[in-house]
Amino acid sequence: MKETSQASISCSLEHSCLELSFEGDWLLQKQRPSLTDYLSQCSDPKVSKIQVSASDELNWDTSLVIFVRKLKQHCITQNKPFYSALPDGIAQLITLADAVPPIQAKNENTQPNSALHNIGKKALGIRQSSQEVLTFVGEVTLAFGKLLRGRVSFRKQDFGILIEDVGPKALGIVSLISFLLGVILAYMGAVQLGQFGAQIYIADLVGIGMVREMAALMTGIILAGRTGAAYAAQLGTMQVNEEIDAYRTLGVSPMEFLVLPRMLALMVMVPFLIIYADLVGVISGFVVAMGIFDIGLLEYYNQTLNALTFNHFIVGLIKGCCYGILVALCGCYQGINCGRSASAVGQATTRAIVFSIIAITIAASILTILFQQLGI
Amino acid sequence: MASPNPQIGQPHLQVQNLTMAYGDFVIQHDLNFNVNYGDIFIIMGGSGCGKSTLLKHMIGLKRPAKGDILFNDQPFWTSSEETQASIKRNFGAMFQAGALWSSLTLAENLALPLNEYTCLAQDEIQDVVAIKLALVGLAGYENFYPSEISGGMVKRAALARAMVMDPSMLFLDEPSAGLDPISSRRLDELIIELSQSMGITIAIVTHELPSIFTIGNNCVFLDPETRTMLETGDPKIMRDNSKFEKVRYFLNRGEK
Repeated sequence: MKETSQASISCSLEHSCLELSFEGDWLLQKQRPSLTDYLSQCSDPKVSKIQVSASDELNWDTSLVIFVRKLKQHCITQNKPFYSALPDGIAQLITLADAVPPIQAKNENTQPNSALHNIGKKALGIRQSSQEVLTFVGEVTLAFGKLLRGRVSFRKQDFGILIEDVGPKALGIVSLISFLLGVILAYMGAVQLGQFGAQIYIADLVGIGMVREMAALMTGIILAGRTGAAYAAQLGTMQVNEEIDAYRTLGVSPMEFLVLPRMLALMVMVPFLIIYADLVGVISGFVVAMGIFDIGLLEYYNQTLNALTFNHFIVGLIKGCCYGILVALCGCYQGINCGRSASAVGQATTRAIVFSIIAITIAASILTILFQQLGI
Repeated sequence: MASPNPQIGQPHLQVQNLTMAYGDFVIQHDLNFNVNYGDIFIIMGGSGCGKSTLLKHMIGLKRPAKGDILFNDQPFWTSSEETQASIKRNFGAMFQAGALWSSLTLAENLALPLNEYTCLAQDEIQDVVAIKLALVGLAGYENFYPSEISGGMVKRAALARAMVMDPSMLFLDEPSAGLDPISSRRLDELIIELSQSMGITIAIVTHELPSIFTIGNNCVFLDPETRTMLETGDPKIMRDNSKFEKVRYFLNRGEK
């Protein structure tokens, strides 16, 4: 095995010529002489030219190329001739590195941004994204219009797969969350109502709470995390792979072929998921009522039927459908407008979830107030 | 290590009785050839013959069904994980589509392995990154993201990243695929210059004939029908004098 030795430079000054001879292992992983010392020696007025050479035992890598290149650039700025008797490889690499002049660096970050500049940029960004959202909603509406006139065609088997993904495959998580939500509502009510001996009203609390508000809200949030994120990731990846461009090139509208079936799948399946969540929630309330207060099945059933009206049921369904549409819009919008990199897909997915949840919360507040005002 | 190697002509990497398979499906069997120090070694053959798969076996990404790879006479697949890791430090690989990390700038792409595997100070890392990018003609592009540069630039940046650790052996998977003839030729010239100046052994997967004859001094021909190698040697000699008609046919662009 080859013996290693310390990187060093033999230095001599003859007839105002500074001669530097490189020796030892000039390797990145090893200790090397400081460049600054030799730059100052080159700057000495007594030195009029510089010559570099290598000993027979020289072992080198990129570190020596960097060293010699910087030395050479320094000599050029000092207007001092630089002569090299180094191995051909080093000279070749320096020539190669200097062959293409560096381009101007991006000046995006060089100018300090004032607060006003940043506010302006943000405002312009918000304006642009608002325009994009409106355009997207407009395009989706037009696509739905075409669908109603029977002028839209998308692959039926894809629609079937989407329906399966949104509906039957989500039943597990919807069951779990709705059951636990029903248990929480029932327990919360049991503690308070038990003090007045009004345990039977657990059925009212759970029934109205689940059917009117909670089933729709929780289903919406589950869909945001599950389906909305999946839509954003699927469409985003298609954007990265230029698959969406391929649709456009062939004259196929991605809005009709990709977005519309996804939105339809959600709109078709959300009512079923909500009815299912209502049922699971009410059953979980009965389990708690029976377990703690020994309330019978028939008693609980009758009380629930008395408490619930058709309006409660319709309000829950309308809310759930609105949440479903918002989730589909957020997921598809983020996916279609995704950037062209792997990280952009991640950002699109995150944004789809965050915006869906924000939109659901805002919609829930508005709809609750609206239905109260309308007396429904 | 970049020092021109005194062992020119000696085996650097040896492929011994290598059989590659996906489950029960054998892609290539009984491959035996040497890549010598200083070679620009071409792995060629028709589409689907397993060229890229062979490259993945050579760089330790896929375990062979049978046989082994020897690097500097040291077996790779029968060695411990530590030995495999130390052998891999000698390799630099450039993948077909560049495989630059899209969330990092070009400088960050090149600096990542240096930050992970060396104790270099940040200013030294910046120096190494700057010179490697300059070597491939991308000086000044340090702060650009892969999505902001052209396909040819992505290939060159990927080449710079493959070289950043000063590997003794470089593996390139179809470096000029998808490039225009001028960019392709420039990349070929760059590969030759880097090989000559840094003394690196280079193994390249390609089926582009101009590249094969311009840069290759040694090659192996994989046959998709018999699923084994037909011949190894100098591609220019094989073009005219190969005893296999398939090889002559391939290297003469389908003209008998």
